[in-house]
Amino acid sequence: MREVINMRKIKVSDYEIEDRFSGVSKALKLEMLKKMYEIRYFEEQAEQLIIRGKIHGTCHLYVGEEATAVGAIYALNKDDYITSTHRGHGHCIAKGADLKLMMAEFLGKKTGYCKGKGGSMHIADVEQGNLGANGVVGGGIGIATGAALTCKMKKNGKVVICFFGDGAVNQGIFHESVNMASIWRLPVIYLCENNQYGMSMPVKEAFNIERLSDRRIAYGIDGLTIDGNNIVEVFNVVSHFVERCRKGLGPVLIESLTYRWKGHSKSDAQVYRTREEVKAWMQKDPIERYKRVLLGEGIITPDDDRKLRAEVENEISEALKFAEESPFPEPSEVEEDVYA
Amino acid sequence: MRKITYLEAIREAMQQMMREDENVYLLGEDIAEYGGAFGVTVGMLEEFGKERIRNTPISEAAIIGVGIGSALTGMRPIAEIMFSDFMTIAMDQIVNQAAKIRYMFGGKAKVPLVIRTAGGGGTGAAAQHSQSLEALFTHIPGLKVVMPSCPYDAKGLLISSILDDNPVIFIEHKLLYKNKKYMQHVPEEIYRIPLGKGDIKREGRDITIVATSFMVQRSLEVADILESEEGIDCEVVDPRTLRPLDMDIIISSVKKTGKVVCIEEACYFGGFMGEVVSQIVEKAFDYLDAPVLRIAGRDCPVPYSLVLEEEMIPSVGRIKKGMLDLLGRF
Ligand SMILES: Cc1ncc(C[n+]2csc(CCOP(=O)(O)OP(=O)(O)O)c2C)c(N)n1
Ligand SMILES: [Mg+2]
Repeated sequence: MREVINMRKIKVSDYEIEDRFSGVSKALKLEMLKKMYEIRYFEEQAEQLIIRGKIHGTCHLYVGEEATAVGAIYALNKDDYITSTHRGHGHCIAKGADLKLMMAEFLGKKTGYCKGKGGSMHIADVEQGNLGANGVVGGGIGIATGAALTCKMKKNGKVVICFFGDGAVNQGIFHESVNMASIWRLPVIYLCENNQYGMSMPVKEAFNIERLSDRRIAYGIDGLTIDGNNIVEVFNVVSHFVERCRKGLGPVLIESLTYRWKGHSKSDAQVYRTREEVKAWMQKDPIERYKRVLLGEGIITPDDDRKLRAEVENEISEALKFAEESPFPEPSEVEEDVYA
Repeated sequence: MRKITYLEAIREAMQQMMREDENVYLLGEDIAEYGGAFGVTVGMLEEFGKERIRNTPISEAAIIGVGIGSALTGMRPIAEIMFSDFMTIAMDQIVNQAAKIRYMFGGKAKVPLVIRTAGGGGTGAAAQHSQSLEALFTHIPGLKVVMPSCPYDAKGLLISSILDDNPVIFIEHKLLYKNKKYMQHVPEEIYRIPLGKGDIKREGRDITIVATSFMVQRSLEVADILESEEGIDCEVVDPRTLRPLDMDIIISSVKKTGKVVCIEEACYFGGFMGEVVSQIVEKAFDYLDAPVLRIAGRDCPVPYSLVLEEEMIPSVGRIKKGMLDLLGRF
């Protein structure tokens, strides 16, 4: 998928890995920035729709965490798999979803990814390898492990990224699945998005360990903690372990440190955190950071960036227009799709 | 007379019982500073502190397991499972442990655990946050299952549940929590409504409606419409506790009206009302002047889109039409 030239080694945590990002084509580097904007603007639009009362239901916004989804998913091939979470728009967009079909699903329309049956928390695109967002915390972890078992049994060389939040790490399914993947050496990357809170519960109160990636020791697998707002680091680390997975070297537990800028969901007074804390994390905006990298490398100019943003804004309006103009499902469809 | 919401009634019951008995405590996700996903426990951390308003990690199986273990050893925990859908994660603990401990141990132990949870749809929260799973629990001997439909019942039933020496599944409905329309006078003092005692929410001569939880409110709405538009006088019976079930109150209403419709939000197939109907047929067959009608959720997961969700969950329109069809036959 991408050419790899002159790879220098970098050190992340205890691992020496190759700087694969430096070998990535300009076009792909730009595409990664575009995806980040797509996520940011999609979420801002989604928030507006919620505020304006246009959504029957809720959603969980991914703003501030874009580098993790994009960096990790761009380390995959198009036909690899992911499982996602309740905070799933970002993973979905990074995996190549059609913004129109996503927006239509969000508005409960027949043209949406799930024909209006799933909504924000259940968007899936199985053909593209997106095995679905999930309304149940930890709900995707077993599924990702099973998908990795398929890859191993079919020897198809594919890899799975299993996204989940810090909150999911304390569910029983996490423990059972990671252990199984370890003993069977399954090609799965357990990617914990540690955004510091599970709803209102601070990670510091939900765990008595410093780094969630330390749990790797209990399962006898690789693992490390990375800067989840640094897309280059995310990309490099995930690429490294994707390759190891493809070689049959088994799973890894990556903890990606990041932060959600918005409230947990539709109604959240955010009594559990301070404005200062939010502001401090906003200073570490993953998009701004990546943009500085690309400006520094001379890959974009400020003008290119403006154009790119305008392009994405336009895509979002098109998606919204498509969704708004789409019909609702017919009530008679309610019992369709229960069984295959 | 003060009127309060369903949510306030539930909170008050817990606060008063916690003041009465230091063994009563709460555990669950986001119940402390955040006050619970629906705001039921707002302010309780300030009064009772972290020890008794225990925030847990997202670990439903352990929340219930810990609740069982502490109940078995002298505490009276109230565990909150944020959405009833997530009860399934704790199913071993509920079904194989909590429900059976007393029996397996030859009656020599007790598990005074209350599991509060929010059930039902109508909020656009889709398939994994909207289910009505009560039938899974009513099937299990050893569990009590309570589903209050209004603030007065919520308080009295929750107090009885806390005082009960058995595991009680207390299923609240999201659409009842804050809606001012359902506010009611609720006494300020502690009072009990016995588990296993139903209530006639509206007296009538022509037809009996048996309904649970939010469907009681919806049935009352339909009853008003049928009265004003068609002159039909409905009697609405709310069992309040699904297990133990007050079959007597249902049977005597059926004997009076000769016609009955059973309404629930859960999926039709295998729903709790199947049990009610079967007992009506066994115990009051000779009194029936019409086939028994069941109106329930459609046999599919709860869909997201409003149009589909309204089709899935029994609506005023669907209930009214079903009842008119039934009555039209005679
Ligand atoms: C099994 C289960 N328990 C509780 C919830 C309610 N809930 C939804 S998201 C959430 C917090 C999840 O935290 P985390 O996994 O860290 O993801 P984040 O929201 O921070 O992205 C909770 C408690 C749920 N959806 N599923
Ligand atoms: Mg989190």
